[in-house]
This record gives sequence, C-alpha cells and structure tokens, in this order.
Amino acid sequence: MRSDTIAAIATAMNPSGIGIVRISGEEAFDVAGRIFRTKKGRKDFRQVSPNTIHYGYIYDGEELIDEVLLMVMKGPHSYTAEDTVEIDCHGGILVMKKILDAALQNGASLAEPGEFTKRAFLNGRIDLSQAEAVVDLINAKNRYAMASSLNQLKGRFSEKIRQIRKEILYHMAYIESALDDPEHISFDGYPEKLVPFLEETIEKLEIILRESENGKMVKEGIRTVILGRPNVGKSSILNLLLGEERAIVTNIAGTTRDTLEEHLMLNGISLNLVDTAGIRETEDKIEKIGVDRARTQAEEADLILLVVDSSRELEKNDYEMIDWLQSKNSIILLNKTDLPAMTAAEDLRILAKKTVISFSAKEGIGIKDLISEIQNMFFQGKIVYGEDLYLANTRQKENIQKALVGLRMVRKSVEEGMPEDFYSIDFMDAYEQLGYVLGEAVEEDLVNEIFQRFCMGK
Amino acid sequence: MAALKECYDIVVVGAGHAGCEAALASARLGMETILFTVSVDSIALMPCNPNIGGSSKGHLVRELDALGGEMGKIIDKAFIQSKMLNVSKGPAVHSLRAQADKQRYTRQMREVLENTDHLTIRQAEVTELVVRDGNVVGVKTLSGAEYCCKSVVLATGTYLRARCIYGDVSNHTGPNGLQAANYLTDSLMKNGIEMYRFKTGTPARVDKRSIDFSKMEEQFGDEKVVPFSFTTDSDSIQRKQVSCWLTYTNEKTHDIIRKNLDRSPLFSGVIEGTGPRYCPSIEDKVVKFPDKDRHQVFVEPEGEYTNEMYLGGMSSSLPEDVQVAMYRTVPGLEHVKIVRNAYAIEYDCINPRQLNASLEFKNLKGLFAAGQFNGSSGYEEAAAQGLIAGINAARRIQGKEFFTLNRSQAYIGVLIDDLVTKENHEPYRMMTSRAEYRLLLRQDNADERLTSFGYEIGLISEERYRNFLEKQEQIQQEIERLEKTITGAGERVQKFLEKRGSALLKSGSTLAELIKRPELSYEAIASIDEERPQVSEEVAQQVNIRIKYEGYIRRQNIQVKQFKKMEGKKLEEDFDYMKLKGLRREAAQKLNQIKPSSVGQASRISGVSPADISVLLVYLEQMKHAKEREVDKTDGKKSE
Repeated sequence: MRSDTIAAIATAMNPSGIGIVRISGEEAFDVAGRIFRTKKGRKDFRQVSPNTIHYGYIYDGEELIDEVLLMVMKGPHSYTAEDTVEIDCHGGILVMKKILDAALQNGASLAEPGEFTKRAFLNGRIDLSQAEAVVDLINAKNRYAMASSLNQLKGRFSEKIRQIRKEILYHMAYIESALDDPEHISFDGYPEKLVPFLEETIEKLEIILRESENGKMVKEGIRTVILGRPNVGKSSILNLLLGEERAIVTNIAGTTRDTLEEHLMLNGISLNLVDTAGIRETEDKIEKIGVDRARTQAEEADLILLVVDSSRELEKNDYEMIDWLQSKNSIILLNKTDLPAMTAAEDLRILAKKTVISFSAKEGIGIKDLISEIQNMFFQGKIVYGEDLYLANTRQKENIQKALVGLRMVRKSVEEGMPEDFYSIDFMDAYEQLGYVLGEAVEEDLVNEIFQRFCMGK
Repeated sequence: MAALKECYDIVVVGAGHAGCEAALASARLGMETILFTVSVDSIALMPCNPNIGGSSKGHLVRELDALGGEMGKIIDKAFIQSKMLNVSKGPAVHSLRAQADKQRYTRQMREVLENTDHLTIRQAEVTELVVRDGNVVGVKTLSGAEYCCKSVVLATGTYLRARCIYGDVSNHTGPNGLQAANYLTDSLMKNGIEMYRFKTGTPARVDKRSIDFSKMEEQFGDEKVVPFSFTTDSDSIQRKQVSCWLTYTNEKTHDIIRKNLDRSPLFSGVIEGTGPRYCPSIEDKVVKFPDKDRHQVFVEPEGEYTNEMYLGGMSSSLPEDVQVAMYRTVPGLEHVKIVRNAYAIEYDCINPRQLNASLEFKNLKGLFAAGQFNGSSGYEEAAAQGLIAGINAARRIQGKEFFTLNRSQAYIGVLIDDLVTKENHEPYRMMTSRAEYRLLLRQDNADERLTSFGYEIGLISEERYRNFLEKQEQIQQEIERLEKTITGAGERVQKFLEKRGSALLKSGSTLAELIKRPELSYEAIASIDEERPQVSEEVAQQVNIRIKYEGYIRRQNIQVKQFKKMEGKKLEEDFDYMKLKGLRREAAQKLNQIKPSSVGQASRISGVSPADISVLLVYLEQMKHAKEREVDKTDGKKSE
C-alpha cells in the first residue's frame, strides 16, 4: 500500500455545492500550506494547534480559487489517524475539482476509492481490525452482488455458478484420474463427450453475463424502497413515479407479494425504486416471504419512502416503522389526502422528525414536492449512489469473462486434437475465476478489493 | 560402563533410497558423514517392485539427477528394460520407467557409497536420539555406543517396529525378513514426536520356470532408450533388454479372494495400519471394484541374475494357501511356484506435518527426516526427500539458508509441500495430478529447472554446469532462428504441406508458426528448413516443445505468477494464530499446528477456508503498514 499523502473530494459530487476536500498523510499540512492563504499570508499548519479551523483562500499558483474554511487535525486524532486537513468549500463541483487539482499539483496524490477508510482501518483507527468484521463484510458484499436485482431471487445467480464450477471440477478430476489410473479410467471417446458440456457451459455463462449487465444498469442508482402497511397505496405511488401501471394494483391487502424493482431517472438523478409487500404481521406464508424481503430491502436501501394512509389513524406498525426510520434517509408520504383526513401532516412531522409530504397518488398531488425533496437530499450529499455494488459487480463480471476465456481455450484444445492433459491448464483457470466470484477462492489483492468495495469516496 | 564414542558432522539413519541420497549429498558437501544400516547387505535394497520411475516418479528421478542426486545414474547402469510411458499424451505426462536388476542396483549404489570421501558406513541399529536444549546432538546404538554430531537425518523406511503379515502369520521383521528396529520409536516419542502407523504390501515372487508365458502379452522396452541421468550418454546404454509380461485376473481369482476375505488380516482387523489407496492389494481392488471382472497383472523379472519374477498388481496379505490358489487362477500362472510369499508390512512413521519444507523438525533443531519414515511410499519419493534432507542437514552446519523447492519449481517441491502441509493418513504416493503446473514441470526439462540450483548447492560439477549452459544457449538460439526464418509459399513448401495434410500457405510464414500446427513438428519440417544447424536430440526436443506449446506454457506461467504472489506473503514461524480473532477456531488450531511459512501454504491446509485466508491477508497488510510506520519513525529520528 502507498503511504504517501492522498487527497480526494470526500463528499458526494453535487452541483449546488458545499463539499469537503480531504487531504491525509504525512505531508498533508505541507500540501495545505502550499495552497492556502489568509489575508495576512501563508500559514504553517505544522505549527498551529490541532483541531483548529482557519478561514482563508485556496490558490492554485497565483489564481484564487475559492474562499474556504480549513480544518486541521493532527494524527492520530483524525479519521485516518494520519495528519489530515479538510477544506470546506462552497463553490460547486468545478471549484472542488480545482481545489483537488491544486492539492494534487502540490504534493498529494489522488486517493483510490476507499483509501481513506482503508488507512483508518490499517492504522487501527476504526475497530474493524478484528478482521471478522471485514470478512463478514466481504461475505455480505458477495451476497449483495449475487442477488440478481431483476428477479430478486437471492442467490440464484450464485447457485448457477456453483453448479457450473462443480461440473468443471468433475471434468478436471476425470482427466486427472484417467492420467493416474489408465487401467480403470479411459479417455476413449472422452473429448467427444466434453464438447457438448463446453458448449452448454459457455452458453450458460454468457447468459449470466448478459443478465448481470442488465442488473448493473438497475443497480447503478439510489436504492429507494417504498415501505408502508398493506393497502396504503405503495404500488400506486410507484406507478405514478414510473408513469405506467406496473405493479398489480388492487385494494386487497397483500396483493404485492413479491418485491418489484424499477429504474428511473428523476431530473438527472438515477433511482432504483423497489416496491415491497406491505409490512404487517402475517399468517400467509407466501406473503410472509414478501414481507421478509421487504425488511431486507429496507435495510439495504439508500432512501426509504414511508407511505402512511391519511384516511386512517396511525397503527402500531406505523409507529414501529417511524421509530425504525430514525437512523435512515427517509421521506414520509401522507397518502390519500383526497379522502377525509384522520392523520394530520403536522402531527406526523412532529412525531417522526422527518420531511412529510401530503400526497395523493390518485390525483397526482405531492409528486413535485417529492421529486424536489429527493433532489435536495441528493445534492446535499445526504444520499449517495450504491456504487460499491456496481464495483463488486464489475469485478465479478471480469472473473466470469476470464472463466469464459478459459473454457473457450479448452474447446479450442479439443478441436485441435491436443492430448487430454492439456485441457486441465485452462479448466484450472475457469475453476479459479468462478471461485473468486463465489468467494470460494481468494485472490492475492483481496485486501485492496475489500476496501475499494466497502467505502467509496470517504 | 565403557562405550564407544565417536564424532561426525552428520548421522544418517537407514541406507535405503532416502538414506543413500542423504548420505551422499552431505558427504559430497564436505560433511563427515556416517550412514547406519541394520545390514550392509541391504543398502539401496528394492524390497518391493523391481522398477525405478513410472508416471510422475520418473519426473522425481530426473529432478533428483539435475540437483546432483545419484538414483538416475545408478538405474542407467542397472536397468534391464526401459520405456517412456504415455507417449501418446502431452509431453507433460511422458514419464520414464525402467526395470531394474535389483542386485545390480544395490551393488552399484554400494560401490558409489563405499568410494565417496567423508562417508563412513556402519552396520548397527540406532536406538536413541541424544538431545540437548531442543537440539539433536547425537545418536546411540544398541551396543550403547554414542555418535555425537551436529545434524541427524532419519530415513528408517519401513523398519521401525516393523511387522510382516500374511494370513495369521505375523513376523516382527522388516521387509524381506530383515531385522526390524524396535527401540528408536520410544526415543522419538519421548522427544515429543507424533508417530503414525502405516501399512503397505508386496506381491509374491515366483519361479520363472513355472510360468507359461504363451498365455501372456509380451511387453517390450523402447527401441531407443532414453537415459534417466542428464549425464548419461544415451549411446552408451542401448543394450539388449528383457521383456515383461501382462496377464489378467478373472472371476475365479476374485471368487477365491472373496471367499477367503475373513482370513485376510486387512479385513479381520489384525492390521491396524492405514494402507495406500493408490497401490492397493488385490483383495482391496476386488472389494472396491466389484464390477470389474479383471485386473491387470504385470509379470516382471527381478533381475538377470535370478529366475524370480514379480507379480505386479497382486500384492496381498492373504494366507499362504489362498495365495497359491489365487495366483494359479491367472492365465499363465496355472502351475506357478511361489518363491517368496506376498505379505503386508506395518511400520511406524511420523506425522510429517511436524517438519518444515527443509525437512527439519520444527520443534527439534538439527533433526531431519526423509523417505517412508515421513509417510511417503516409493523409492523415488524417498530418494528425493533424502537428497533434500541431506543437503539441508549440511547447510545447517555450514550456516547457509535452507534449500527448498516450491510447487512451481519441481515435483519434489509438490511432494514435500504436500507432506508437510496436507492431512494424510496413508502412504503418500507421487502422482501427476498432484502437480498443478505440470506443463512446466516436465521430465524433459528437469535440467533446465534445477541444474543451477544443484550447481549453487555444490553437487553439480563445473564441467556439467558448463555443458548445461551451452545446451540452454543452443536451445535459445535455435528458437530465435525459427522465429525469424520466414519461408515463402513456394512450390516445394506447398507440396510439402499438401503431403502432410496441412493447410497451404497464402503468404510467407515463420518456421515457428509451421511447427505450431498440430500436424507438424520441428522434426517434420526438417526438409523445408534448409539452414538448420546440427543440434542434439535433446536440444531438438526442447525447441519443439517450447515452440509447439508456447501458448499453453505462457498461460501456465501466468498461473505460476499468481501462485507465487501468495507464496511470497510470508508468515512468521512463531506467530500464535489463536490471537487472531477473525479466524475460526478450527483454522487457528490447524495453523498453529503447521505454522505455514506463507499464506500460500496456509491456503493448502485442510480446514483453512478462503475466509480464513482473507483474515490472514488483512492481518499481514496491517502488520506491514505498522512496520512501515515504525521504520519511518526511526528514519525520521535519525535524520533529525
């Protein structure tokens, strides 16, 4: 790992603009000193008291870039446990980029994704050192990425790959046995039998790749979950947002038994909308699966839209959900305002301490407020892309592609009439690569992988 | 009581294939070496099959030879038939196997031993280790004599508390009725060494005159014999060869075996040792493959000096009367007379996971172990370990770093890594499938892979090394020439291709490209390669393989690179894995037992999962970082 001084924009890129550029490492103070000036001139941050804030300007050479607040934190009392400078600026994306460039010109190098967190961890700053947590994390991430977002059948993708891997292992074992025990195991007719297996497996992997391609598209957005008791109008709201009738909309509670996921662009912001089965105690087994899924979905969401029925009084489930929402990015939609009100927006606002929007899916009331609220949250950096998923997916995609290369090589060997012992070289590659996808084999640069995946931008 | 006391640098216990290589290596490296055997007449004895080499074992012998071992040279002198196996398959699995004249083999080896400087042969039973402060400092023999030394190599083979069994007959002897060594085990256990009890077996030897060869298939040797040793001139060993014979068991044989299983000590529980899966007795085979209506029986001469024939594939521990009946059901053996009975042998060996890759005990410095004592099986496996143990016993005294090989360098590396890493409860046999990178670990390029090591160690002479370098240079030059030489699509070339059923050229092509075509080879294109220089067969072979399989070799090299990254992540020998919280308990225990030298080795321990490996990787990264910070700090101080 590099131990030089690194810099990056530490907040979400947002056009409206308040953001932080973070510099961390042994020369953080020097780098800051080179680009920062007060009205009185330059400052030596090695001499200032730790945990102090300084008002002044960032310069790139002689060009004034922005007026900023600069915070000085002396290691180990900083996020990374290294000397750290955070520059608070408010000039929008372009200005933030210029400040970052200035830092890079003056001795810092660009932080890799997740590198601040990685340093924090490696320096013993955050208590992930009990690697168990990291490993859980890897596993969790694998699980995450495995769930094909299109059909929401968790693990289907991984099950397919596991099966393919098992079959490859069988062939590897067969070849080895025939080499070691020719008396009992023969290659007669084996190459001919192998070809259909290869064709089939190559096709299966190609399909998985295609599916994951679609999956990636869907995943590249803010994961937004619509939650609420049954029949409060979740599906109607989803349809309203999508502008088309997708979910089955009835007034029988529990119609949406599975979760549906839709992708949509909202004034340039990419959203993944997940409609869930209504949360309530249920006896219906099929529906129960849907409810469990809803809970899981909500846990993993970047943003939660809680739908409450204004025509009814709040119930135990509503209170529970409001309570649970406190630690989440969320907006409450008080739906069915076209009906006589039993629950008032103001009361709900005081109770939930969240933005409450009066809504009527039926009449299309409140939709504009919702869109602008989501935009606000996004541009203020409260919600960010679930980009780690995208990365995990890319890595796995690459593994699958490499596995495909291996299998095609085996096919080529068969076609060219190579002796059977040559097959194992490329089978071994395919087997390894699929192992990486499943977390059943470990790559050498795993540590870097983990940190890239587990914390973007920080 | 007065007792003899002598001092040496190195004591080698046992003069089988491991002990001989160990003693030769250490003496040749200038160490005063004493080699103990219970019987000088049994030096380099081949108590089981009469062959050296075979699938993957042939690789071991050639590697041993490239490092400066003796086995290859001896078998080149002692073979009576030789064959390259698997020639229809890829070059990676070609393997040399020779039938040995057993007596000539042991005589030749004894002659070499007796004429090696610094080497003393002594007939005595070693009964005790002398240990001081966790270091082995000598051994004692049955007579009470003490031999002080700086390193000991244990290569006791199958002799420790050995017991030979057939039917209800059980003799407390080593193989061939030789004296067992009954005391050393206690001394080893007293020193904290964990012992296993293994079992192996051998078939009957029969009188050639009682065999009807007309009912068997004759098996000839190769017309052109390839020597084992890279130093043997191939012309000097083209001699008349003897034949082997192939016949088969049948349902009658199997019936007799099944009916008498209750009299087999293997199945009645008399034998407690674990036998080898890959070298099963005939009763094992009949039980395990009930659908097979026949099994191969190889009838092989034990030597030119004798009428005894070895019945390969039919080892057994059934009672004598059943043996006779069973052998006589086999075509050609209807009237066979047994000279020596088949028997099973049980013996003490160690759990080899107590060793590190140098073959030194992790908890007993100066004590090395090799051969069947380490739970392996086979002459070649034993010899390979013997060489490594002997080299390292010497290097320890010379204050040099241990010499170890990894899985990407040699079958020897695979063998030793498997032994010291993997859970194994039966005699370990080398097999092609155990080597991941076998296209690189070919028997034909063992010299290329290992001669430099042998030279650096001091077991390869200056002259041999120079010859080796010259050969490599020739190979390189010839490959470069073929890659540069372009042949046009002239009439002669097109005609040549047409005749070979190879696609015609549309434009010019390098000769190397032509060699790569499945239907062509270096040899095949000789007639259109006008400027071809005179090269030896060995050089031609390397040129052909390297050009022809270039793509595969390149891909395997990438795999090796990946492998080496994990091997390069070193783990400390004294680290307590119980302290690493993220590890599962089972994994931590296994890691503590084996104390792997690298993350790569750790990943091969059964019971250590990929998740555990990620924990190790994260831990190492943390340590590395902490160390860097430490270094930075001290550097900082210095500069201040």
